[in-house]
Amino acid sequence: MSIHDWFKRKKETQYPAYARERLDIPGNLWVKCYKCNEAIFARDLEANLKVCPKCNYHFKLSSAERIEQILDAKSFKVINSHIKSTDFLNFVDSKSYTQRIESTLLKSALSDAINTGTGKIEGYDVAIGAMDFSFMGGSMGSVVGEKIARLIELAIEKKFPVIIFSSSGGARMQEGIMSLMQMAKTSAALGRLRENRLPYISVLTDPTTGGTSASYAMLGDINIAEPGALICFAGPRVIEQTIRQKLPPGFQRSEYLLEHGMLDLVCQRDKMKETLTKLLKWFSRQEVGIPKQ
Amino acid sequence: MNKQNNNNKRTLFEFEKPLLELYDKLDELGAVAASSEMNMSEEIRLMEKRIESVRRDIFAKLSPIQIVQVARHMQRPTTLDYVNYIFDDFVELHGDRNFSDDPAMVAGLAELNGRPIVIIGQQKGKNTKDNITRNFGMANPEGYRKALRVMRIAERYERPIVSFIDTPGAYPGIGAEERGQAEAIAKNLREMSELTVPFVSIVTGEGGSGGALGIGMGNRVLMLEFSIYSVISPEGCASILFRDAKRANDAAIAMKITAPDLLKLEVIDEIIREPAGGAHNSAEKAASFIKFAIIKNLEPLLLLSHRELIADRYNKFRKMGIFKEE
Ligand SMILES: [Zn+2]
Repeated sequence: MSIHDWFKRKKETQYPAYARERLDIPGNLWVKCYKCNEAIFARDLEANLKVCPKCNYHFKLSSAERIEQILDAKSFKVINSHIKSTDFLNFVDSKSYTQRIESTLLKSALSDAINTGTGKIEGYDVAIGAMDFSFMGGSMGSVVGEKIARLIELAIEKKFPVIIFSSSGGARMQEGIMSLMQMAKTSAALGRLRENRLPYISVLTDPTTGGTSASYAMLGDINIAEPGALICFAGPRVIEQTIRQKLPPGFQRSEYLLEHGMLDLVCQRDKMKETLTKLLKWFSRQEVGIPKQ
Repeated sequence: MNKQNNNNKRTLFEFEKPLLELYDKLDELGAVAASSEMNMSEEIRLMEKRIESVRRDIFAKLSPIQIVQVARHMQRPTTLDYVNYIFDDFVELHGDRNFSDDPAMVAGLAELNGRPIVIIGQQKGKNTKDNITRNFGMANPEGYRKALRVMRIAERYERPIVSFIDTPGAYPGIGAEERGQAEAIAKNLREMSELTVPFVSIVTGEGGSGGALGIGMGNRVLMLEFSIYSVISPEGCASILFRDAKRANDAAIAMKITAPDLLKLEVIDEIIREPAGGAHNSAEKAASFIKFAIIKNLEPLLLLSHRELIADRYNKFRKMGIFKEE
């Protein structure tokens, strides 16, 4: 399968599913913004990189949309999409994990909650991962952990910087302790990347919580967030239940984290590629010292 | 004797009820012995033996949620109890050098059979007041940063590290979030993976999620027989996935959180047995089992070079995960 086919397949199968699930589009023409409730012409929203023109709400993106927005056209080469989740605990809640995986696979045409590969940003080689919140809430199980570890190991081999776009509710409970161990695995792999002096840029998008934020998402040399994203360890509801008091306004949103020193910058979606390019250029420069003139 | 029996009764679990009758008989024997000339010591000894054996049978068949109760028992020995029994010349170190000292996390220097060692661990309270001070063993970011600071001391002076894990989880609070709970844990994970000294982690009570893992990336990970280690509490999992917090037992079963389950999944390396009826029945005995396990597991690690120790730890966690490749 060529890269071109891969994109074509994504376009055909993925977007309508996204539209049905995530966007309330009467007749596919108008979208209601989740934040300001304004009706937006679907094509305008699309043209605006899925950012509400009225209130700047950043709609969630699929991994395919993200990759299309960030990477140079046709530069993406997917890796490890053959790695699939398995119900090794025979986990059953309201339905079995096996059924959950199967029905998610059917409706989303994704292989799991992260898509990884290599590609170029304004010509700079990168190893890139983009998460899909629509795949079981972007939860991190064995597959997500393994794909991230392999992505980092490939980056070390090829001497590529790593960029990961997170969007995840945290660990995948249906994999029990094994989901927790993915935090250790991915963080250890990032340690190796750092030992090899290769940069890691973490982009935190709405939402990045729990085990994902407490591992690879917070470990960037550079941590960038999209505006208004929920970024936290414990979710607001858990905290409210624990402390039994109201949370401060803007709590656990990107801007709040920036203010508290947890992020390097908050970056608008339409400036993301430009920002990443500047950083990649900076990291890739070989010159040492300052020229005289 | 009577007093001790009453104490035992008071700390009995619901599932230990079959012991009540036996304890009553033991009390009767004691009363007879006290009020007459008859020598009842043989009968008393046999009854105590019988109680031990029945207790052992009960504990061999505990359900996961019953094990959760044992792991959370108020009288279960805490990290400082074990430190007291196992090590000599303990000096507790405080503070993360940035914000504060976190009483939910203890750290310090000590000796193990004459060998200098570094200890870190979550600390629960022994009673409600103590538990409020210790925040029920739920550390803030400062706790994780203190632990890392002390791990760095271990590394500089080539001292092995032993961590004691006993926490419901990292604290979910406003301050904890503002000061970067996620970052503190994530950083510990990355840094622990690169420690150049032998590192043994022991889950002694509750191994609560990222808060537990935040000090738990040992070259060897051991678990006490009646401790638990889980990605989320059974109650939390039940309320999210089963939409009913009362189904904690189902969640506990489904998630596989007991020591034998985790040994099968190869997430832990060894189970440390507990005294009959759980560690709270004899902290000293439990500590002696732990001490034996620490020494046994540290010994082979002491022979490894820096590189080998890092590689050993990397490979251990790198291979965790179950998936299929199509
Ligand atoms: Zn809007």
